[in-house]
Amino acid sequence: MTSYQTNAEILRKEQITGDIFRLTLNCPEIADQARPGQFIMLKASAKNTPFLRRPFSVHQTSINGRVQVLFKVLGKGTEYLASCTSGTLLSVVGPLGRGFTLPQKGTSVCLIGGGMGIAPLFFLAKRLSRHHDHYTSIKVMLGAATAKELLTLKSDFEQLGMPVEMATDDGSAGHHGFVTDLVQSTIGENPPWAFYTCGPHPMMKKIALLCREKDCFCEASLETMMACGIGACLGCVIPRPLPTESGEQYFHVCKDGPVFDAGDILWK
Amino acid sequence: MEIGKPKLKVQLGSIQLKNPVMTASGTFGYGNEFTNYVNLHHLGGIVVKGISLLPRPGNPPPRIVETEGGMLNAIGLENVGVLAFINDKMPFLKEAGTEVIVNILGDTVDEYAEIANKLNNIKGISAIEVNISCPNVKKGGVAFGADPKMVSAVTRAVKDNTNLPVIMKLSPNVTDITATAMAAEQAGADAVSLINTLMAMAIDSETRRPRLANIIGGLSGPAIKPVALRMVWQVAKTVKIPVIGIGGIMNTEDALEFLIAGATAIEVGTANLINPAITGEIVQGISDYLSAHRLESVQEIIGSLITE
Repeated sequence: MTSYQTNAEILRKEQITGDIFRLTLNCPEIADQARPGQFIMLKASAKNTPFLRRPFSVHQTSINGRVQVLFKVLGKGTEYLASCTSGTLLSVVGPLGRGFTLPQKGTSVCLIGGGMGIAPLFFLAKRLSRHHDHYTSIKVMLGAATAKELLTLKSDFEQLGMPVEMATDDGSAGHHGFVTDLVQSTIGENPPWAFYTCGPHPMMKKIALLCREKDCFCEASLETMMACGIGACLGCVIPRPLPTESGEQYFHVCKDGPVFDAGDILWK
Repeated sequence: MEIGKPKLKVQLGSIQLKNPVMTASGTFGYGNEFTNYVNLHHLGGIVVKGISLLPRPGNPPPRIVETEGGMLNAIGLENVGVLAFINDKMPFLKEAGTEVIVNILGDTVDEYAEIANKLNNIKGISAIEVNISCPNVKKGGVAFGADPKMVSAVTRAVKDNTNLPVIMKLSPNVTDITATAMAAEQAGADAVSLINTLMAMAIDSETRRPRLANIIGGLSGPAIKPVALRMVWQVAKTVKIPVIGIGGIMNTEDALEFLIAGATAIEVGTANLINPAITGEIVQGISDYLSAHRLESVQEIIGSLITE
Protein backbone atom coordinates (compact mmCIF):
# COMPACT_ATOMS: atom_id res chain seq x y z
CA MET A 1 0.00 0.00 0.00
CA THR A 2 1.32 3.40 -0.92
CA SER A 3 1.02 6.24 1.51
CA TYR A 4 2.44 9.73 1.40
CA GLN A 5 3.71 12.55 3.54
CA THR A 6 2.64 15.86 2.12
CA ASN A 7 1.87 19.47 3.06
CA ALA A 8 -1.81 19.93 2.37
CA GLU A 9 -3.51 23.29 2.11
CA ILE A 10 -6.69 23.81 4.09
CA LEU A 11 -9.20 24.80 1.42
CA ARG A 12 -12.21 25.17 3.70
CA LYS A 13 -13.02 25.16 7.38
CA GLU A 14 -16.63 24.59 8.42
CA GLN A 15 -17.87 25.04 11.95
CA ILE A 16 -20.61 22.44 12.29
CA THR A 17 -21.48 23.57 15.82
CA GLY A 18 -19.60 25.38 18.59
CA ASP A 19 -16.82 22.83 18.93
CA ILE A 20 -17.23 20.53 15.92
CA PHE A 21 -15.29 21.38 12.79
CA ARG A 22 -14.75 19.97 9.34
CA LEU A 23 -11.58 20.67 7.37
CA THR A 24 -11.21 20.18 3.63
CA LEU A 25 -7.60 19.52 2.67
CA ASN A 26 -6.04 19.54 -0.74
CA CYS A 27 -3.97 16.33 -1.00
CA PRO A 28 -4.60 14.57 -4.32
CA GLU A 29 -2.37 11.50 -3.80
CA ILE A 30 -4.00 10.69 -0.48
CA ALA A 31 -7.51 11.35 -1.82
CA ASP A 32 -6.81 8.99 -4.69
CA GLN A 33 -5.53 6.14 -2.52
CA ALA A 34 -7.77 6.40 0.56
CA ARG A 35 -10.38 3.74 1.21
CA PRO A 36 -13.28 4.01 3.69
CA GLY A 37 -12.10 3.31 7.24
CA GLN A 38 -8.52 4.38 6.62
CA PHE A 39 -7.00 7.28 8.53
CA ILE A 40 -4.49 10.07 8.17
CA MET A 41 -2.00 11.51 10.68
CA LEU A 42 -2.14 15.29 10.95
CA LYS A 43 0.53 17.50 12.47
CA ALA A 44 -1.65 19.52 14.82
CA SER A 45 0.84 22.20 15.77
CA ALA A 46 3.12 24.73 14.15
CA LYS A 47 6.03 23.69 16.39
CA ASN A 48 6.62 20.89 18.89
CA THR A 49 3.49 21.21 21.06
CA PRO A 50 1.49 19.04 20.83
CA PHE A 51 4.43 16.83 20.03
CA LEU A 52 2.84 13.91 18.24
CA ARG A 53 0.64 13.83 15.17
CA ARG A 54 -3.07 13.12 15.63
CA PRO A 55 -4.92 10.35 13.82
CA PHE A 56 -8.16 11.20 12.02
CA SER A 57 -10.43 8.92 10.03
CA VAL A 58 -10.96 10.08 6.49
CA HIS A 59 -14.45 11.62 6.49
CA GLN A 60 -14.70 11.76 2.72
CA THR A 61 -12.60 12.25 -0.39
CA SER A 62 -13.44 13.79 -3.72
CA ILE A 63 -12.23 13.08 -7.23
CA ASN A 64 -10.68 16.55 -7.37
CA GLY A 65 -8.13 15.60 -4.74
CA ARG A 66 -9.75 16.65 -1.50
CA VAL A 67 -9.77 14.90 1.84
CA GLN A 68 -12.06 15.88 4.69
CA VAL A 69 -11.69 15.31 8.41
CA LEU A 70 -14.35 15.89 11.04
CA PHE A 71 -13.40 16.56 14.65
CA LYS A 72 -14.52 17.93 17.99
CA VAL A 73 -12.19 20.23 19.91
CA LEU A 74 -10.98 18.14 22.84
CA GLY A 75 -7.38 19.20 23.49
CA LYS A 76 -4.47 21.26 22.26
CA GLY A 77 -4.19 19.45 18.92
CA THR A 78 -7.81 19.88 17.90
CA GLU A 79 -7.72 23.43 19.32
CA TYR A 80 -4.87 24.22 16.95
CA LEU A 81 -6.66 22.66 13.98
CA ALA A 82 -9.83 24.61 14.78
CA SER A 83 -7.80 27.83 14.85
CA CYS A 84 -6.28 27.27 11.41
CA THR A 85 -7.66 29.31 8.55
CA SER A 86 -8.06 28.51 4.86
CA GLY A 87 -4.71 28.57 3.17
CA THR A 88 -2.82 27.10 6.14
CA LEU A 89 -0.59 24.15 5.24
CA LEU A 90 -0.89 21.03 7.37
CA SER A 91 1.54 18.13 7.21
CA VAL A 92 -0.41 14.96 6.45
CA VAL A 93 0.70 11.32 6.38
CA GLY A 94 -1.65 8.81 4.82
CA PRO A 95 -3.73 7.01 3.90
CA LEU A 96 -2.99 4.49 6.64
CA GLY A 97 -4.35 1.31 8.12
CA ARG A 98 -6.91 -1.30 7.16
CA GLY A 99 -10.31 0.07 6.20
CA PHE A 100 -13.78 -1.44 6.05
CA THR A 101 -14.54 -4.61 4.09
CA LEU A 102 -17.31 -3.75 1.66
CA PRO A 103 -20.52 -5.74 2.22
CA GLN A 104 -21.51 -8.57 -0.08
CA LYS A 105 -24.27 -8.09 -2.62
CA GLY A 106 -27.73 -8.77 -1.28
CA THR A 107 -27.03 -7.79 2.30
CA SER A 108 -28.90 -5.28 4.38
CA VAL A 109 -26.38 -2.70 5.54
CA CYS A 110 -26.51 -0.70 8.74
CA LEU A 111 -24.08 2.09 9.62
CA ILE A 112 -24.06 3.08 13.28
CA GLY A 113 -22.06 6.12 14.31
CA GLY A 114 -21.73 7.83 17.65
CA GLY A 115 -20.35 11.36 17.95
CA MET A 116 -17.21 11.87 15.91
CA GLY A 117 -17.34 8.18 15.05
CA ILE A 118 -19.75 9.24 12.33
CA ALA A 119 -16.77 10.57 10.35
CA PRO A 120 -15.52 7.37 8.65
CA LEU A 121 -19.03 6.00 8.14
CA PHE A 122 -19.87 8.83 5.77
CA PHE A 123 -16.93 7.87 3.55
CA LEU A 124 -18.22 4.28 3.60
CA ALA A 125 -21.76 5.46 2.82
CA LYS A 126 -20.49 7.42 -0.17
CA ARG A 127 -18.70 4.35 -1.47
CA LEU A 128 -21.80 2.17 -0.96
CA SER A 129 -24.02 4.72 -2.69
CA ARG A 130 -22.18 4.05 -5.96
CA HIS A 131 -23.90 0.65 -6.05
CA HIS A 132 -26.95 1.30 -3.92
CA ASP A 133 -28.92 -1.38 -5.79
CA HIS A 134 -26.46 -4.09 -4.71
CA TYR A 135 -27.86 -3.97 -1.20
CA THR A 136 -31.29 -4.89 0.10
CA SER A 137 -31.30 -1.72 2.19
CA ILE A 138 -28.89 0.77 3.72
CA LYS A 139 -29.81 2.20 7.10
CA VAL A 140 -27.91 4.89 8.97
CA MET A 141 -28.16 5.39 12.72
CA LEU A 142 -26.48 8.38 14.27
CA GLY A 143 -26.11 9.21 17.93
CA ALA A 144 -24.85 12.35 19.64
CA ALA A 145 -25.31 14.45 22.75
CA THR A 146 -27.70 16.88 21.13
CA ALA A 147 -29.53 17.64 17.87
CA LYS A 148 -27.30 20.42 16.55
CA GLU A 149 -24.31 18.07 16.45
CA LEU A 150 -26.20 15.81 14.05
CA LEU A 151 -28.24 17.93 11.67
CA THR A 152 -25.56 18.73 9.06
CA LEU A 153 -24.32 15.15 9.03
CA LYS A 154 -27.85 13.76 8.81
CA SER A 155 -28.56 15.74 5.66
CA ASP A 156 -25.23 14.59 4.15
CA PHE A 157 -26.33 10.96 4.46
CA GLU A 158 -29.83 11.78 3.25
CA GLN A 159 -28.38 13.35 0.11
CA LEU A 160 -26.97 9.92 -0.67
CA GLY A 161 -30.51 8.56 -0.49
CA MET A 162 -30.02 6.84 2.84
CA PRO A 163 -32.64 7.13 5.57
CA VAL A 164 -31.21 8.30 8.90
CA GLU A 165 -32.46 7.46 12.37
CA MET A 166 -31.17 9.62 15.18
CA ALA A 167 -30.70 9.23 18.90
CA THR A 168 -29.68 12.03 21.24
CA ASP A 169 -28.77 12.06 24.91
CA ASP A 170 -31.07 15.03 25.57
CA GLY A 171 -33.90 13.91 23.31
CA SER A 172 -33.60 17.03 21.13
CA ALA A 173 -33.71 14.91 17.96
CA GLY A 174 -34.91 11.39 17.25
CA HIS A 175 -34.87 8.74 19.94
CA HIS A 176 -34.22 10.02 23.47
CA GLY A 177 -31.46 7.67 24.52
CA PHE A 178 -28.68 5.61 23.01
CA VAL A 179 -28.29 4.80 19.35
CA THR A 180 -27.83 1.17 20.37
CA ASP A 181 -31.52 1.07 21.35
CA LEU A 182 -32.35 1.52 17.64
CA VAL A 183 -30.22 -1.43 16.60
CA GLN A 184 -32.16 -3.96 18.68
CA SER A 185 -35.30 -3.67 16.55
CA THR A 186 -33.42 -3.67 13.23
CA ILE A 187 -31.35 -6.77 13.65
CA GLY A 188 -34.34 -9.13 13.28
CA GLU A 189 -35.50 -7.85 9.85
CA ASN A 190 -34.33 -8.85 6.35
CA PRO A 191 -31.17 -10.86 6.96
CA PRO A 192 -28.32 -11.16 6.23
CA TRP A 193 -27.04 -7.94 7.84
CA ALA A 194 -23.73 -6.20 7.68
CA PHE A 195 -23.13 -3.75 10.51
CA TYR A 196 -20.44 -1.08 10.53
CA THR A 197 -19.82 0.95 13.63
CA CYS A 198 -17.58 3.66 14.98
CA GLY A 199 -18.01 5.66 18.14
CA PRO A 200 -17.65 5.42 21.91
CA HIS A 201 -16.33 2.09 23.19
CA PRO A 202 -19.50 1.10 25.17
CA MET A 203 -21.63 1.75 22.08
CA MET A 204 -19.48 -0.41 19.82
CA LYS A 205 -19.28 -3.11 22.47
CA LYS A 206 -23.06 -3.32 22.74
CA ILE A 207 -23.42 -3.57 18.95
CA ALA A 208 -20.61 -6.12 18.71
CA LEU A 209 -22.17 -8.36 21.35
CA LEU A 210 -25.59 -8.09 19.75
CA CYS A 211 -24.11 -9.05 16.38
CA ARG A 212 -22.21 -11.94 17.93
CA GLU A 213 -25.45 -13.21 19.49
CA LYS A 214 -27.32 -12.97 16.16
CA ASP A 215 -24.32 -14.13 14.13
CA CYS A 216 -24.22 -10.95 12.01
CA PHE A 217 -21.23 -9.53 10.16
CA CYS A 218 -19.95 -6.54 12.11
CA GLU A 219 -16.91 -4.32 11.71
CA ALA A 220 -15.84 -1.68 14.20
CA SER A 221 -13.36 1.16 13.77
CA LEU A 222 -11.27 1.65 16.91
CA GLU A 223 -9.29 4.55 18.28
CA THR A 224 -6.18 4.38 20.44
CA MET A 225 -3.32 6.64 21.41
CA MET A 226 -0.90 6.56 18.47
CA ALA A 227 2.56 8.01 18.01
CA CYS A 228 3.48 7.20 14.40
CA GLY A 229 0.48 5.55 12.70
CA ILE A 230 2.77 3.60 10.37
CA GLY A 231 3.64 0.54 12.42
CA ALA A 232 7.01 1.67 13.74
CA CYS A 233 6.49 2.64 17.37
CA LEU A 234 4.29 -0.31 18.41
CA GLY A 235 2.52 2.02 20.81
CA CYS A 236 -1.10 1.56 19.69
CA VAL A 237 -1.79 -1.98 20.83
CA ILE A 238 -4.95 -3.70 22.00
CA PRO A 239 -5.03 -7.30 23.28
CA ARG A 240 -5.86 -10.15 20.91
CA PRO A 241 -8.41 -12.68 22.18
CA LEU A 242 -5.80 -15.43 21.65
CA PRO A 243 -2.06 -15.23 20.98
CA THR A 244 -0.96 -16.04 17.43
CA GLU A 245 1.22 -19.06 16.66
CA SER A 246 4.30 -16.84 16.77
CA GLY A 247 3.28 -15.60 20.21
CA GLU A 248 1.86 -12.17 19.33
CA GLN A 249 -0.51 -11.09 22.08
CA TYR A 250 -1.56 -7.75 20.69
CA PHE A 251 -3.07 -6.15 17.61
CA HIS A 252 -1.45 -2.96 16.39
CA VAL A 253 -4.39 -0.67 15.72
CA CYS A 254 -2.55 1.35 13.05
CA LYS A 255 -1.65 -1.71 10.95
CA ASP A 256 -4.10 -4.47 11.85
CA GLY A 257 -6.89 -1.88 12.11
CA PRO A 258 -8.26 0.65 12.80
CA VAL A 259 -11.16 -1.39 11.39
CA PHE A 260 -11.53 -4.83 12.95
CA ASP A 261 -14.00 -7.66 12.72
CA ALA A 262 -15.94 -6.87 15.90
CA GLY A 263 -15.77 -10.56 16.82
CA ASP A 264 -11.96 -10.35 17.08
CA ILE A 265 -11.99 -7.65 19.73
CA LEU A 266 -11.85 -8.28 23.47
CA TRP A 267 -14.58 -5.84 24.51
CA LYS A 268 -13.94 -4.60 28.04
CA MET B 1 37.60 28.36 -6.25
CA GLU B 2 34.55 26.17 -6.66
CA ILE B 3 34.09 23.79 -3.76
CA GLY B 4 32.76 20.36 -4.69
CA LYS B 5 30.08 18.45 -2.84
CA PRO B 6 31.14 18.10 0.81
CA LYS B 7 32.30 14.65 1.92
CA LEU B 8 29.92 13.07 4.39
CA LYS B 9 31.61 9.72 4.96
CA VAL B 10 32.46 8.74 8.52
CA GLN B 11 34.23 5.73 9.97
CA LEU B 12 32.74 3.75 12.86
CA GLY B 13 35.46 1.33 13.82
CA SER B 14 35.82 -0.97 10.84
CA ILE B 15 32.63 0.12 9.10
CA GLN B 16 32.28 3.10 6.88
CA LEU B 17 29.00 5.01 6.75
CA LYS B 18 28.18 7.05 3.65
CA ASN B 19 27.05 9.79 6.04
CA PRO B 20 26.66 10.17 9.81
CA VAL B 21 22.86 9.87 9.88
CA MET B 22 21.35 6.66 11.21
CA THR B 23 17.99 5.72 12.72
CA ALA B 24 17.58 4.91 16.40
CA SER B 25 16.36 1.49 17.40
CA GLY B 26 12.65 1.18 18.06
CA THR B 27 11.69 4.23 16.05
CA PHE B 28 12.23 2.88 12.54
CA GLY B 29 10.78 -0.62 12.74
CA TYR B 30 12.69 -2.95 10.47
CA GLY B 31 13.10 -0.30 7.78
CA ASN B 32 10.35 -1.48 5.43
CA GLU B 33 7.77 0.65 7.27
CA PHE B 34 9.48 3.78 5.94
CA THR B 35 10.03 3.11 2.24
CA ASN B 36 7.01 5.26 1.28
CA TYR B 37 8.62 8.30 2.88
CA VAL B 38 12.40 8.14 2.71
CA ASN B 39 14.96 6.61 0.38
CA LEU B 40 16.81 4.21 2.68
CA HIS B 41 19.71 4.24 0.27
CA HIS B 42 20.43 7.84 1.31
CA LEU B 43 20.94 6.99 4.98
CA GLY B 44 24.18 6.28 6.78
CA GLY B 45 22.62 3.28 8.46
CA ILE B 46 19.51 1.72 9.89
CA VAL B 47 19.47 0.50 13.47
CA VAL B 48 16.60 -1.95 13.67
CA LYS B 49 14.07 -2.56 16.43
CA GLY B 50 15.75 -4.42 19.34
CA ILE B 51 15.90 -8.18 18.93
CA SER B 52 15.78 -10.76 21.72
CA LEU B 53 16.48 -14.48 21.60
CA LEU B 54 12.79 -15.36 21.67
CA PRO B 55 9.85 -13.24 20.45
CA ARG B 56 8.49 -10.87 23.08
CA PRO B 57 4.84 -9.78 23.19
CA GLY B 58 5.56 -6.43 24.86
CA ASN B 59 3.70 -4.56 27.58
CA PRO B 60 -0.05 -4.05 27.94
CA PRO B 61 -1.45 -0.67 26.80
CA PRO B 62 -1.27 2.23 27.28
CA ARG B 63 2.32 2.01 26.09
CA ILE B 64 2.88 5.60 25.06
CA VAL B 65 2.01 9.02 26.37
CA GLU B 66 2.75 12.45 25.03
CA THR B 67 4.54 14.87 27.35
CA GLU B 68 5.74 18.44 27.03
CA GLY B 69 8.43 18.39 24.36
CA GLY B 70 8.51 14.63 24.03
CA MET B 71 6.90 11.33 24.84
CA LEU B 72 7.18 8.39 27.20
CA ASN B 73 7.16 4.83 25.98
CA ALA B 74 6.96 1.50 27.69
CA ILE B 75 6.65 -0.77 24.66
CA GLY B 76 8.21 -3.62 26.59
CA LEU B 77 10.67 -4.60 23.87
CA GLU B 78 8.05 -6.23 21.67
CA ASN B 79 9.91 -7.95 18.83
CA VAL B 80 9.80 -10.96 16.55
CA GLY B 81 12.81 -12.76 18.05
CA VAL B 82 16.18 -13.42 16.43
CA LEU B 83 15.15 -16.33 14.19
CA ALA B 84 12.13 -14.60 12.66
CA PHE B 85 14.28 -11.50 12.29
CA ILE B 86 16.86 -13.40 10.26
CA ASN B 87 14.25 -15.21 8.15
CA ASP B 88 11.63 -12.51 7.64
CA LYS B 89 13.34 -9.14 8.04
CA MET B 90 16.90 -9.60 6.77
CA PRO B 91 15.99 -10.39 3.13
CA PHE B 92 14.55 -6.87 2.80
CA LEU B 93 17.23 -5.19 4.92
CA LYS B 94 20.22 -6.62 3.09
CA GLU B 95 18.93 -5.05 -0.13
CA ALA B 96 18.19 -1.69 1.51
CA GLY B 97 21.40 -0.09 0.25
CA THR B 98 22.56 1.11 3.65
CA GLU B 99 24.43 -0.27 6.64
CA VAL B 100 22.24 -2.51 8.80
CA ILE B 101 22.95 -2.41 12.50
CA VAL B 102 21.10 -4.95 14.59
CA ASN B 103 20.13 -3.85 18.07
CA ILE B 104 20.05 -6.75 20.54
CA LEU B 105 18.82 -7.18 24.10
CA GLY B 106 18.68 -9.87 26.74
CA ASP B 107 17.78 -10.84 30.28
CA THR B 108 21.13 -12.47 31.04
CA VAL B 109 24.72 -12.16 29.84
CA ASP B 110 24.41 -15.60 28.22
CA GLU B 111 21.37 -14.49 26.27
CA TYR B 112 23.29 -11.56 24.76
CA ALA B 113 26.09 -13.97 23.84
CA GLU B 114 23.69 -16.37 22.17
CA ILE B 115 21.95 -13.71 20.06
CA ALA B 116 25.31 -12.29 18.96
CA ASN B 117 26.36 -15.78 17.99
CA LYS B 118 23.20 -16.40 15.97
CA LEU B 119 23.69 -13.14 14.04
CA ASN B 120 27.43 -13.60 13.45
CA ASN B 121 27.40 -15.15 10.00
CA ILE B 122 24.28 -13.55 8.62
CA LYS B 123 24.98 -11.68 5.40
CA GLY B 124 24.00 -8.03 5.27
CA ILE B 125 24.59 -7.12 8.90
CA SER B 126 27.23 -4.40 9.41
CA ALA B 127 27.35 -4.17 13.20
CA ILE B 128 25.64 -5.07 16.45
CA GLU B 129 24.29 -2.43 18.81
CA VAL B 130 23.73 -3.70 22.33
CA ASN B 131 20.85 -2.36 24.41
CA ILE B 132 21.98 -2.58 28.03
CA SER B 133 19.12 -0.57 29.49
CA CYS B 134 17.16 -3.75 30.21
CA PRO B 135 17.08 -5.41 33.63
CA ASN B 136 19.48 -8.23 34.48
CA VAL B 137 17.11 -10.89 35.81
CA LYS B 138 19.94 -12.70 37.56
CA LYS B 139 20.97 -9.55 39.45
CA GLY B 140 17.64 -8.54 40.93
CA GLY B 141 16.55 -6.64 37.85
CA VAL B 142 19.17 -3.89 37.98
CA ALA B 143 19.79 -2.64 34.46
CA PHE B 144 23.04 -3.92 32.91
CA GLY B 145 23.82 -0.37 31.88
CA ALA B 146 23.77 0.89 35.46
CA ASP B 147 26.93 -0.90 36.55
CA PRO B 148 30.32 -0.70 34.81
CA LYS B 149 31.09 -4.33 35.78
CA MET B 150 27.94 -5.57 34.10
CA VAL B 151 28.66 -3.38 31.07
CA SER B 152 32.07 -5.06 30.80
CA ALA B 153 30.56 -8.52 31.13
CA VAL B 154 27.99 -7.93 28.39
CA THR B 155 30.52 -6.26 26.09
CA ARG B 156 32.93 -9.21 26.44
CA ALA B 157 30.18 -11.79 25.98
CA VAL B 158 29.04 -10.14 22.74
CA LYS B 159 32.58 -9.53 21.46
CA ASP B 160 33.49 -13.17 22.11
CA ASN B 161 30.59 -14.32 19.95
CA THR B 162 30.80 -12.11 16.91
CA ASN B 163 33.25 -10.84 14.34
CA LEU B 164 31.04 -7.83 13.73
CA PRO B 165 31.81 -4.42 15.22
CA VAL B 166 30.02 -3.98 18.55
CA ILE B 167 28.38 -0.72 19.60
CA MET B 168 27.37 -0.50 23.25
CA LYS B 169 24.27 1.68 23.70
CA LEU B 170 24.66 3.42 27.03
CA SER B 171 21.93 4.19 29.53
CA PRO B 172 21.67 7.77 30.82
CA ASN B 173 20.14 6.52 34.07
CA VAL B 174 23.51 6.53 35.86
CA THR B 175 25.48 8.93 38.03
CA ASP B 176 28.52 9.00 35.76
CA ILE B 177 28.09 7.91 32.17
CA THR B 178 31.83 8.16 31.49
CA ALA B 179 32.33 5.20 33.85
CA THR B 180 30.11 2.89 31.82
CA ALA B 181 31.56 4.26 28.58
CA MET B 182 35.09 3.44 29.76
CA ALA B 183 33.99 0.00 30.90
CA ALA B 184 32.63 -0.67 27.40
CA GLU B 185 35.79 0.62 25.74
CA GLN B 186 38.11 -1.42 27.98
CA ALA B 187 36.06 -4.56 27.38
CA GLY B 188 36.58 -4.18 23.64
CA ALA B 189 33.59 -2.23 22.35
CA ASP B 190 34.17 -0.73 18.89
CA ALA B 191 31.93 2.25 19.59
CA VAL B 192 29.41 3.56 22.08
CA SER B 193 26.03 5.11 21.31
CA LEU B 194 24.20 7.37 23.73
CA ILE B 195 21.76 8.12 25.14
CA ASN B 196 18.95 5.64 25.55
CA THR B 197 15.71 7.04 27.02
CA LEU B 198 15.54 8.61 30.47
CA MET B 199 13.41 6.75 33.00
CA ALA B 200 10.35 8.86 33.62
CA MET B 201 6.66 8.83 34.46
CA ALA B 202 3.42 10.70 33.92
CA ILE B 203 0.32 10.81 36.14
CA ASP B 204 -3.29 11.72 35.42
CA SER B 205 -4.30 13.90 38.37
CA GLU B 206 -8.01 13.35 37.72
CA THR B 207 -7.87 9.58 38.01
CA ARG B 208 -4.66 9.53 40.13
CA ARG B 209 -3.42 6.78 37.88
CA PRO B 210 -0.15 6.53 35.97
CA ARG B 211 -0.59 7.27 32.29
CA LEU B 212 1.40 4.17 31.29
CA ALA B 213 0.27 0.66 32.21
CA ASN B 214 3.90 -0.05 33.09
CA ILE B 215 3.87 3.05 35.38
CA ILE B 216 7.44 3.95 34.35
CA GLY B 217 8.62 4.51 30.80
CA GLY B 218 11.42 6.05 28.80
CA LEU B 219 11.37 9.76 27.95
CA SER B 220 12.48 10.75 24.46
CA GLY B 221 12.19 13.75 22.18
CA PRO B 222 13.48 17.33 22.31
CA ALA B 223 13.04 17.42 26.11
CA ILE B 224 16.11 15.18 26.55
CA LYS B 225 18.41 16.79 24.00
CA PRO B 226 20.38 19.03 26.39
CA VAL B 227 21.01 16.06 28.70
CA ALA B 228 22.10 13.91 25.77
CA LEU B 229 24.41 16.60 24.39
CA ARG B 230 26.14 16.98 27.75
CA MET B 231 26.65 13.23 28.06
CA VAL B 232 27.93 12.87 24.49
CA TRP B 233 30.40 15.69 25.06
CA GLN B 234 31.65 14.13 28.33
CA VAL B 235 31.98 10.66 26.83
CA ALA B 236 33.64 11.88 23.62
CA LYS B 237 36.33 13.56 25.75
CA THR B 238 36.85 10.38 27.76
CA VAL B 239 37.01 7.49 25.29
CA LYS B 240 39.01 6.96 22.12
CA ILE B 241 36.43 4.81 20.32
CA PRO B 242 33.80 6.58 18.19
CA VAL B 243 30.73 7.98 19.90
CA ILE B 244 27.28 7.95 18.31
CA GLY B 245 25.01 10.75 19.53
CA ILE B 246 21.33 10.10 20.22
CA GLY B 247 18.66 12.05 22.05
CA GLY B 248 15.93 14.35 20.82
CA ILE B 249 17.39 15.07 17.39
CA MET B 250 14.51 16.65 15.46
CA ASN B 251 16.33 18.48 12.67
CA THR B 252 19.68 19.28 11.03
CA GLU B 253 20.67 21.83 13.64
CA ASP B 254 20.22 19.30 16.44
CA ALA B 255 22.29 16.74 14.52
CA LEU B 256 25.08 19.27 13.97
CA GLU B 257 25.17 20.06 17.69
CA PHE B 258 25.89 16.41 18.48
CA LEU B 259 28.61 16.24 15.84
CA ILE B 260 30.21 19.41 17.21
CA ALA B 261 30.02 17.92 20.74
CA GLY B 262 32.13 15.01 19.49
CA ALA B 263 29.80 12.44 18.00
CA THR B 264 31.13 10.71 14.87
CA ALA B 265 27.59 9.79 13.83
CA ILE B 266 24.08 10.35 15.11
CA GLU B 267 20.87 8.38 15.43
CA VAL B 268 17.51 10.03 14.86
CA GLY B 269 14.79 8.49 17.01
CA THR B 270 11.44 9.88 18.01
CA ALA B 271 11.49 12.43 15.15
CA ASN B 272 10.91 9.51 12.73
CA LEU B 273 7.49 8.99 14.29
CA ILE B 274 6.45 12.55 13.50
CA ASN B 275 8.24 13.12 10.23
CA PRO B 276 9.02 9.78 8.59
CA ALA B 277 11.20 11.56 6.01
CA ILE B 278 13.35 13.40 8.58
CA THR B 279 16.50 11.28 8.26
CA GLY B 280 16.82 12.03 4.54
CA GLU B 281 16.21 15.71 5.24
CA ILE B 282 18.99 15.76 7.85
CA VAL B 283 21.48 14.14 5.45
CA GLN B 284 20.74 16.91 2.96
CA GLY B 285 20.78 19.53 5.71
CA ILE B 286 24.25 18.54 6.90
CA SER B 287 25.54 18.69 3.35
CA ASP B 288 24.01 22.14 2.87
CA TYR B 289 25.51 23.37 6.14
CA LEU B 290 28.98 22.21 5.13
CA SER B 291 28.63 23.89 1.74
CA ALA B 292 27.39 27.12 3.31
CA HIS B 293 30.38 27.13 5.67
CA ARG B 294 32.78 26.17 2.87
CA LEU B 295 33.81 22.99 4.67
CA GLU B 296 35.02 20.07 2.57
CA SER B 297 34.16 17.28 4.94
CA VAL B 298 31.93 16.49 7.89
CA GLN B 299 35.13 15.48 9.70
CA GLU B 300 35.89 19.17 10.11
CA ILE B 301 32.96 19.69 12.46
CA ILE B 302 33.14 16.47 14.48
CA GLY B 303 34.37 17.42 17.97
CA SER B 304 34.90 21.02 16.89
CA LEU B 305 33.33 22.59 19.98
CA ILE B 306 35.03 25.87 20.89
CA THR B 307 35.24 26.34 24.65
CA GLU B 308 37.67 29.13 25.25
